[in-house]
Amino acid sequence: MISLEVRNLGKWFGKRKVFAEIIFSLQEKSSLIVTGKNGSGKTTLLKIICGLISPTKGEVLIGENGKNLTRDESKDLFGLVMPDLELYGELTALENLVFLSRIRGLNTDKNELSEKIARVGLAERENDLVFSFSSGMKQRLKYAFAWLNDPKILILDEPTANLDQEGISLVDQIISSQKESGILILATNEKADLKYGDQIIQLGN
Amino acid sequence: MVIRSSSWATKSAWLLAKDLKCEFRTRYALNAILMFALTTLVVVSFSFGASSLSSRLISSLLWLVIFFSSMSGLAQVFVKEEESRTVNVLKLVATPSTVFLGKFLFNLFLLLLLEIVIVPLFIILMNLSILNLWLFLSVLLLGSLGLVCATTIIAAIISKAHVKGALFAVLSFPILLPLLITAIDGTRLSLEGEAFSAGWGDLRLLISYVVVMFVASLLLFDFVWSE
Repeated sequence: MISLEVRNLGKWFGKRKVFAEIIFSLQEKSSLIVTGKNGSGKTTLLKIICGLISPTKGEVLIGENGKNLTRDESKDLFGLVMPDLELYGELTALENLVFLSRIRGLNTDKNELSEKIARVGLAERENDLVFSFSSGMKQRLKYAFAWLNDPKILILDEPTANLDQEGISLVDQIISSQKESGILILATNEKADLKYGDQIIQLGN
Repeated sequence: MVIRSSSWATKSAWLLAKDLKCEFRTRYALNAILMFALTTLVVVSFSFGASSLSSRLISSLLWLVIFFSSMSGLAQVFVKEEESRTVNVLKLVATPSTVFLGKFLFNLFLLLLLEIVIVPLFIILMNLSILNLWLFLSVLLLGSLGLVCATTIIAAIISKAHVKGALFAVLSFPILLPLLITAIDGTRLSLEGEAFSAGWGDLRLLISYVVVMFVASLLLFDFVWSE
């Protein structure tokens, strides 16, 4: 059983306050939507939750079966899709997933990785360099990356950015499946996405 | 079936393999280093080639070529991850120690590759005879290890700055000065044909520098990488 608790979280960049006093907790099979205007700190909040940056104040506690995990231990639980996160353009789609799974300590074989790429609709392009991908295809590949470790906590920032209708349906399936098995945190300003959240936080108030 | 395994060293080897693959496809750092080294070498050999220079001056010139060439390329190891916005994916999947070791090995590979090209050329163009080859090679290897230890951690520090090039040189100079002075002296002794025992003092200093710099960089890297 996974849990995520955010206590009095605050972030300042120099003297500029991004947000303060953020409090929420999530259990398995629950979800949170983060909304707010541009610059309100949605992406910053998500980066703090998954340990990419440190908060100025407060803490994020990740628990597994009642035991609190360290930052390094909890990294393996996260799947992440965000505009600030790019895969390697000089590698092919398959090479990206092989490298990222090996460095994460996963021994997933190449066939399984190919299946993950096929699942996001890129089967025919798995041996092409990511440099040559359109932004929509790159976004799809990010979902294949997020799936590498069957994440217990899936974090999506602007999940449907650059995607066509088929891609949006794919995201719909991913979100529904994550809500049944783990924790979902989604940053968006799309009104249609609000239906996915059990809790909603609006930043910038 | 997902199985979690792999040691710190294996993961670093995967990072090294990834960096090598990316580098040989784009030649992002390799071209910069080699072009700088060749240009400097040609200028030096045209200016001094025919004259008879003291061994101290020759060893200084060799280390100047190596130092400035590494300044132009070794910083790219983290700058490239920042500029292509792949730094977040690496932060998410790898521990700081894995990243440091992988990047250290990549920079070491680049520098040794540079030296394989540049040192024989320097010897030919400057018409050098190395009288104590083992001392020369030992100083070169230890000097390179020290150079890579220092430049890797400095590259990580400056990768988030706006004026990366200038900052890299400014931070590197005081940290690398003791290393360069010792390496130049050790190289001089090898050119003059001194016995290995005469260069042992320099070698011990170089070994100490490498150990201290590697351990300090490894400990410091966690803080540099985390924010």
